[in-house]
Amino acid sequence: MKARVSVGHELMHRKNAVSFTISRRFIRVWQRNWSVYRKTWKVSFLPPLFEPLFYLLAFGIGLSSFVGELPYRGFQVSYISFIAPALIAVNIMYNAFFENTYTSFVRMYYQKNFDAMLATPLSLEEIITGEIMWGATKSVIATVIMQSVISLLGFIHYPQGVLILPLSFLGGFAFGSFGMFITSIMPNIEIFNIPVFLFITPMFLFSETFFPINHLPDWVQKLSLLFPLTHLVRITRSLSFGLLDSGLLWNLAYLLIFSLIFFPLALLKMHRRLIK
Amino acid sequence: MEYVIEAENLRKVFNNFVAVDGISFQVYPGECFGILGPNGAGKTSTIRMIYGFSPITSGKLRVFGLDITKKWRKIRARVGVCQQDNNLDADLNVRENLEIFAQYFNISRKQARAKAQSLLKFIALEHRQDDEVINLSGGMKRRLVLARALINDPDLLILDEPTTGLDPQSRHQVWDRLRELRSKKGLSILLTTHYMEEASQLCDRLIIMDHGRILVEGKPADLIRHHVGHVVIEVDDPSPKLRIFVQNHNLKHEDLGHRLIIYGQNQDSGRLFQEIDDQFVDENCILRMATLEDVFLKLTGRELRE
Repeated sequence: MKARVSVGHELMHRKNAVSFTISRRFIRVWQRNWSVYRKTWKVSFLPPLFEPLFYLLAFGIGLSSFVGELPYRGFQVSYISFIAPALIAVNIMYNAFFENTYTSFVRMYYQKNFDAMLATPLSLEEIITGEIMWGATKSVIATVIMQSVISLLGFIHYPQGVLILPLSFLGGFAFGSFGMFITSIMPNIEIFNIPVFLFITPMFLFSETFFPINHLPDWVQKLSLLFPLTHLVRITRSLSFGLLDSGLLWNLAYLLIFSLIFFPLALLKMHRRLIK
Repeated sequence: MEYVIEAENLRKVFNNFVAVDGISFQVYPGECFGILGPNGAGKTSTIRMIYGFSPITSGKLRVFGLDITKKWRKIRARVGVCQQDNNLDADLNVRENLEIFAQYFNISRKQARAKAQSLLKFIALEHRQDDEVINLSGGMKRRLVLARALINDPDLLILDEPTTGLDPQSRHQVWDRLRELRSKKGLSILLTTHYMEEASQLCDRLIIMDHGRILVEGKPADLIRHHVGHVVIEVDDPSPKLRIFVQNHNLKHEDLGHRLIIYGQNQDSGRLFQEIDDQFVDENCILRMATLEDVFLKLTGRELRE
């Protein structure tokens, strides 16, 4: 598996042309992160285990007595079963995004891990791909843990619910690529607060996570459809209720297109930042 | 004969700043080659191009006879690099730093484990192999970086200021290890340094760079003899009479105002020193061997950089 893609205005002009070299060697970078994760797994697995429980307790039990049931695609569903799948989607976003922003930034900027790797037969594109694949993997790990908890409480229908696992990888890849793009343009670690405040928090709140958006103002609804999290929530929720239909393909397509934009963009911007 | 490194009119330009301005040099197999120069001379830019870290702007650069722009992966597989920062992996312990770095070269886990153990022994850090790298001293970190650069059994070792910031004991440790490597394996070494003593001790040949260009190239002893001579006489607060004496005898010298440096070209310099010491100076007159540092300062000037 070898891919060579050239990006740039004029290929003859070496200044503008950036040549991407990606082979499966990116797995070496993934392995490095996996080795580090295994050292700390006893602590790392706790947040995805307990966070959904906190949320379910606070929103599901605390709020549901006020909310009662809501209409969802022709059914009346309990509030707690409405938000449970959204919590999985949010967790997919958080794990990959924060792994490929703060944590990747520390590896790149403070620990100079990428510099060291660039003295080995790894290309920068392989390093960045390995990082994003690792971010997606963290989303999968968190999903496995969280989904087990939520399944035990009986909020996920099977066998459709099994599809949430491959979905968590795609979602993780999308948010990881976006996170890595952010990392490539951040001058320092403090400024990460801004993309979190501008993108992550609004997505957390307005992506049909905690309430349906159809009674919100029109422009908010339109904006919400631009959020990749909205599409991830919709698929996760459908699968959790055991509903599999062709409409989900649109949501899936959106996540794919989002990835296909931000993954190469992250590679390009990282190249511009680090290769001098 | 195949060169290990062959640079021809090599240039590196960053946004209109010329870091390396068309340099040409060759490194032979088994040789230790030094690049010397003040800060900003273009040393690091040069070696970063050699291991394919930064793309060349123009010129030709071949390592092991391979074109760096096309065969960078093959080249990097045969090169070991100690970068200027101690960029050890802070998330891993000492042993893991070697074993996981080996994986980047597609070295099998089993081989990596064996190689890591032999390298830990080589740098005398076996007893610290399970420590986190953050707990190591500066000298230990440097030795570990050196071991890491050797994990792929390189044919060329590139060292960017290998002993900067180390105490004398640690520095000599690193030098000893480097000498051992050279004598045993016939490994080629390319190093940059600020320390002239380091260059004299280790390098077979060297270049002195400034402002992106090569000022001189040669063996350390030849460069000293050619540019400075055998001995140096240093006089503090020289008298006007001494200055006239120096002028009249046409002695090679440098006048720093408060200090006069006279370069003794031939074997008679001992007598010259006696003469100066007896006739013109009360105190603070010394005679010493000429060093590479004299060459360096003579060629690159004494004003501060940066």
